[in-house]
Amino acid sequence: MSIRIRKEACVGCRRCVEACPGNLIKIDIDGKAFIRHERDCWGCTSCLKECRAGAIDFFLGADIGGRGSRLSVAERGDDWIWTVTRTDGSVRQIQVNKKESNKY
Amino acid sequence: MEKRQIKTDFLIIGGGTAGCYAAYVMSKKSDVKIVIAEKANIRRSGCLAAGVNALNAYITEGKKPEDYVEYAKKDANGIVRTDLLLSMSQRLNHVTEELERLGLVILKNENGKYAARGTRNIKINGENIKLLLAKAASSGKNVTILNHVNITDYVVRENQILGALGFDVNEPVFYEIQAKAVLCATGGAAGLYRPNNPGFSRHKMWYCPFNTGAGYAMGLLAGAEMTSFEMRFIALRCKDTIAPTGTIAQGAGAKQVNARGEIYEKKYGLTTSQRVYGTVTENREGRGPCYLHTKGITQAQEQDLYKAYLNMAPSQTLKWLEEGKGPAMADVEIEGTEPYIVGGHTASGYWVDDQRRTTVRGLFAAGDVAGGCPQKYVTGALAEAEIASEAATEYLAECREFLFSDEFSQASEQKQKEYEEHLKGKEEREILSEEQLEEAMQKIMDEYAGGISSGYQYHQAGLFIADQKIKKLQELMDTLGANDMDELMRIYEIRERLIVCRAVIAHLLARKETRWHSFAENADYPQEDSAWLKYVNSKMDETGNLQMIYRDLV
Repeated sequence: MSIRIRKEACVGCRRCVEACPGNLIKIDIDGKAFIRHERDCWGCTSCLKECRAGAIDFFLGADIGGRGSRLSVAERGDDWIWTVTRTDGSVRQIQVNKKESNKY
Repeated sequence: MEKRQIKTDFLIIGGGTAGCYAAYVMSKKSDVKIVIAEKANIRRSGCLAAGVNALNAYITEGKKPEDYVEYAKKDANGIVRTDLLLSMSQRLNHVTEELERLGLVILKNENGKYAARGTRNIKINGENIKLLLAKAASSGKNVTILNHVNITDYVVRENQILGALGFDVNEPVFYEIQAKAVLCATGGAAGLYRPNNPGFSRHKMWYCPFNTGAGYAMGLLAGAEMTSFEMRFIALRCKDTIAPTGTIAQGAGAKQVNARGEIYEKKYGLTTSQRVYGTVTENREGRGPCYLHTKGITQAQEQDLYKAYLNMAPSQTLKWLEEGKGPAMADVEIEGTEPYIVGGHTASGYWVDDQRRTTVRGLFAAGDVAGGCPQKYVTGALAEAEIASEAATEYLAECREFLFSDEFSQASEQKQKEYEEHLKGKEEREILSEEQLEEAMQKIMDEYAGGISSGYQYHQAGLFIADQKIKKLQELMDTLGANDMDELMRIYEIRERLIVCRAVIAHLLARKETRWHSFAENADYPQEDSAWLKYVNSKMDETGNLQMIYRDLV
């Protein structure tokens, strides 16, 4: 499990660098973010939530059941819109209201 | 390295749950200079990065703080400090209300009261809980935040704290922070044992993998008295994702079942350690794997679970979707994690008094790094932070001077040299790396000190081997080179973990009974023994060995 930062989408704002609780994300010579230690990601998805450019995806490694799908998230008002994109291109979205989502 | 010298009244090491809250409450009541030194950035750092969906320590209607003390005491089978638990429990509801004022969304029932989840828990929408705490800490005019600063050592003379030393994890900058009082809020220790997913997803673990036991190690090195390292914590979690099970168990009413579909949870008892032990035993005796029985829940419940997990452990929702089978279609497999050392769930940490003063003058502790007070969770960590900051305010009113300034400078120079020695870089002939040492340590702890592979069981002969092998790894520390500050941070993280490992081994050897199944499964002494209704404490001597101290229950 880890993240992928799409270099072409990264705007170099450093928000993810400041969001990562493990200091794992650094800036390369082109001013773009990259994850220096891919295996050390905790899976908290803080960087996804902080990224305004939508440049970061989250995925599960094959060792814990990953099959290549990507999880991304975007903020829309009071909602988080989570999107799972499968390798066949199919998409599933789940809307989570920040104030009313937790029944448990 | 460039040297930055800072002088402050109060230094908080670790800007997580307890650290941020301590700065916030202290800055509201006092104008002393406060500095938070945080390894990452306080915005999302520590245990709360992904968010939480319940506050698990709350005095619900009709209950008293004393009831919470009783519960925690029973769960830890007697080895708790009831004085610490009571002082924490009395503040749980007050800090919860403060969290709500800071902007946390707490669910309410039809009477306008907080919606309970179980008997001691309330439901929240806590994805943003750390952002709120970080904002509160930053709001204090007298608070300075040093993000990306990793503290590795205290400076202590004649048992008096003088400050702490560390470095920037990105730039070649050495930090020398002189302080009149220090709060340690660095959290517990993960990554000592080989984890559930040792390969690509090695950090998919329950506890924050970036909490590497810095506070424990610094305390041990400074000669502080520590307690209960043998009371390890092992969480029962969803397999692979190591996501919480409580949300499914309490939220959807799912029972623990074995592969034959038999409900086994009541067979072994309902304390936290017994729940883990039950699952371990069912597996060992051939009735595993074990599951949370969710098959047959409604589609609406399944959707709710997807959302609940996205709010705190997104991997689990992604796993359900990757498998193409949600919890309504298939039971959720569960497993025990690797052992962690964490004073917020079990009782490992600094030996403190009811003001959260450690045995080192001027040094306070709160949250997961503070011992004797288990089951504190988020709100308990906040309560301890408040108690410690009040005590520190009183202490600072009397302690107006910076003490032993010359000795402080000497210690600082020495430490800077030590960092610079590592920073000469990796030599071409250097074969070993900090990553190799980490793997070696985790293997040793797993195989000889009661990790997952032995069903958490250990015995004296194995522990002796573990101690020897860990000591041998410690000897290699000085040889490690770092090509940049990130590598230097990793060297010091291993150093911390190795120190904590030795303390864990010494404590496991010392308690000659099995008081908690799985948490401390002693194969030489498989029974509980009332003679061991006492605290096992320790202090490190000048040679780096631990001297054990046995104390009667308070």
